[in-house]
Amino acid sequence: MPAETKPHTDPEATQGIGSAAKTAFACALTTAILFFIAYISQISAISSGTPWVFNAEWVPRLGVELAFRLDGLALLFGLLISGIGILVFVYSFGYFKTHQSHARLQWLLLSFMLAMIGLVSSDNIILLFIFWELTTITSFLLVGFDHESSKARRSALQALLITGGGGLCLLVGLIMLGQASDSYLLSEIIASESPITEHAHYPIILTLILIGAFTKSAQFPFHFWLPNAMAAPSPVSAYLHSATMVKAGIYLMMRLQPSLGGTEEWFYALSITGGITAVWSSMMALRQTDMKLVLAWTTVMALGTLTMFLASDLRIAALAAVTFLIVHAFYKCALFLAIGNVDKRTGTREYDKLGTLIKHLPITSVAAVLAALSMAGLPPFIGFIGKELKYESALAIADQPWLIVAAAVAANAMMVAIALTFVFRVFLGGQSTITRKPREASILMLIGPLLLAVLGLATGIFPDLLAKSIIQPAVIDILGAPTEVKLSLWHGINGPLILSVITVAIGALLFFKLTVVSRAINNLVEKLPMLGDTTYEKLLNGIQWLATGLTNRLQTGSLTHYLTIVFSAFVIAVAVALVYQPVEMDFRNLTPVTPLAALVVVLMIGAAIVAAFSDKRLLSICALGIIGSGVAVLFLVYGAIDVAITQLMVETLFVVLIATVLIKLPRFPKLQGSGKARDFRDGMIAIAAGIVMTIITLGVSLAPLDLTVTQFFEENSLAKAYGRNIVNVILVDFRALDTLGEVAVVATAAMAVIALLKVRVHPQGPHS
Amino acid sequence: MNSLIFSTISRLLVGLMLLFSVFLLWRGHNEPGGGFIGGLVAAAGIIVYGLAEGPAMMRKLLRVNPRTLVLIGLLTAIVAGLLPLLQGSAFLTGMWLFIGATDFDKGLALGTPLIFDIGVYLVVVGGVAGMVIALEEEL
Repeated sequence: MPAETKPHTDPEATQGIGSAAKTAFACALTTAILFFIAYISQISAISSGTPWVFNAEWVPRLGVELAFRLDGLALLFGLLISGIGILVFVYSFGYFKTHQSHARLQWLLLSFMLAMIGLVSSDNIILLFIFWELTTITSFLLVGFDHESSKARRSALQALLITGGGGLCLLVGLIMLGQASDSYLLSEIIASESPITEHAHYPIILTLILIGAFTKSAQFPFHFWLPNAMAAPSPVSAYLHSATMVKAGIYLMMRLQPSLGGTEEWFYALSITGGITAVWSSMMALRQTDMKLVLAWTTVMALGTLTMFLASDLRIAALAAVTFLIVHAFYKCALFLAIGNVDKRTGTREYDKLGTLIKHLPITSVAAVLAALSMAGLPPFIGFIGKELKYESALAIADQPWLIVAAAVAANAMMVAIALTFVFRVFLGGQSTITRKPREASILMLIGPLLLAVLGLATGIFPDLLAKSIIQPAVIDILGAPTEVKLSLWHGINGPLILSVITVAIGALLFFKLTVVSRAINNLVEKLPMLGDTTYEKLLNGIQWLATGLTNRLQTGSLTHYLTIVFSAFVIAVAVALVYQPVEMDFRNLTPVTPLAALVVVLMIGAAIVAAFSDKRLLSICALGIIGSGVAVLFLVYGAIDVAITQLMVETLFVVLIATVLIKLPRFPKLQGSGKARDFRDGMIAIAAGIVMTIITLGVSLAPLDLTVTQFFEENSLAKAYGRNIVNVILVDFRALDTLGEVAVVATAAMAVIALLKVRVHPQGPHS
Repeated sequence: MNSLIFSTISRLLVGLMLLFSVFLLWRGHNEPGGGFIGGLVAAAGIIVYGLAEGPAMMRKLLRVNPRTLVLIGLLTAIVAGLLPLLQGSAFLTGMWLFIGATDFDKGLALGTPLIFDIGVYLVVVGGVAGMVIALEEEL
């Protein structure tokens, strides 16, 4: 896999960076820092149980409020999003330097961060959904950042379609949830007295919301988009696809657990999906040689593990999930950024080709090793505490404990193997096959990975830094009940510790037999039916095939065909409606027919016959013109002067326009396949359309008329709008907005006609 | 169309029709007429001229690109709608000036609806004339 930009061409200094990029960076960094400080300042208030609340009206009729609520869970995510955001922005500034789209990247990252912060702070579920979609869209733009690569474009589209599709399910689920619980506010839904779990729609609501969460958080069988999303640049992957966006689904499950959780459905859906995802993806991670892909698959594993532990409503499971969330954010982001440095400096991410990087990239290597040890779950890193909690809760979950224990041990053992590979084959040992002597990355690109790796160590040694202030409030929000949290490295010799020892042993074994293991996994993968990506491809092709088929059948390019469809559909639709709801007609209410009107109508009928049977174009057009003018005269007879003038003008212009076109064409050619049968069919459709139209018109004009509106206009036209011509006053004053819309339509149509006429079709085809 | 009679008459007609279209636009608020009808009459005049003299002369007569005319028209209508916002009224509320008003007579009433109608007029003239010019040029 090629490096994203050519290494060794960038100067160490930052002077070459454009001012647009600097501005974007300054804005992004300032915003992130401000949010981070704001979150820090709220810690004490929130951990004592007072959330920060902001409400403002937005679309009150639809129950959409700008409702924000900062509680323990939102604070935890907010700190991760803004804190890691700061580090990623700084890292990106050093990573992209003079890249021509550097400014765009910084703005996109900033937009993403704001969307993500909005998502975790929304108290209104519709607002939450809007931010949810915004993260999907910014993720699409960021994955496709390198838009000249077709792989990046495909991955971006895939991420968009899968998470966007899940988003649609989520929207329906959230609306149903809102309807079922009679409130669109999360805080009210969760605090509601009547549990949603007993509502008749609960299974549907749960399914839809979980599809949304599973697609976003890359759960099996939707997991494949996440490894593909690694087409994004390293800092983007670090930020979106490990630390923040993919956790949105996890956030949603954590948030809704007090309301939707605690049932058999919830437990089995989450534990089975999460378990399969965790084990399958750790196996996939073992067979990769591209370190970024390894990390991507281990991210899927982490998301699976989190989902698995959210299945249970036990206190220890929630604690394990929250702790592991933090653990994972620290080590995964650090590793992604470190691998970004390796990629940038050596030009490869294949660990087969790399070795003993500590000699050339000492600081990057230290950061990577520390993070990898936390990933392996070894003491004294916070990863160890996270893993102990996972095992403790796996043992505590009463139903099917061995399933979850087995899944957790298997997944963690494979994490150990991967961590050992990183440490001993890439950073501290191993043989390098690259000839170049890489230099250490710039300071901007070292702060992030090093700080996060050190945090993983520091919080492991001093877990109380997080326990009371951040983890406890979040756990309380997930459980919906108060609890006490204490974390420590040493618990004595107990079940979890024994499991840990087993895990490390299996992990070490896997590490020493890695070639055998990955070959075995590859063999297994080849035997299994292809899932995920292939299915996605087939589905997409199927949709395209269907669309092409439909378009070819409907858009034949024949005007006759279109008109046949339009009028047949019109006749059938209205006829069906008329059968079910016949129009009542009382002909006594009809206005008497004047002799003038009768004469005009006779003329129009004659003209219609001429238009239909003539084989000369000009004659047909003129006959049509007579019909239109006849309508204008009828308007005049019944006193609608403005309408009559307009109709007359439009009719005249119509004849002129059509004549201009048709005069240049040859005489009516005999139509293909025209004949008695076809003429008969067209005639029947025309007559049927005429009859249906007549019935509608009579029905409308015979219905009793409500004159309230007419009276209003008559009374107010002169008094309020200073005009005696009511028609015009309606057009330019009372209903001016409608007119504005119509004028915009006229303008657009005219532009389109002009553009179509001016298109030069190249003889070789329309695209050249 | 190479007809001397048609060509001569069309030059007379176009002037008359343009004048009449402005008259229709102006009186539209109180008598039958208005921006839409006025615009159609003006476009018809221009088209009669174009049938006699060809599309190049139509462009010359219009002086500006029809598409520009359409955009100016649309903008005029929108600006007429935005003006009342300045005095705190809703979008498209009528704002009026009464020049020379006495107790018995409103005098000369000028208002944003007239500006709005001028916008409509311009869109219709530009749109219809533009389509015909394009047709004449391309076919």
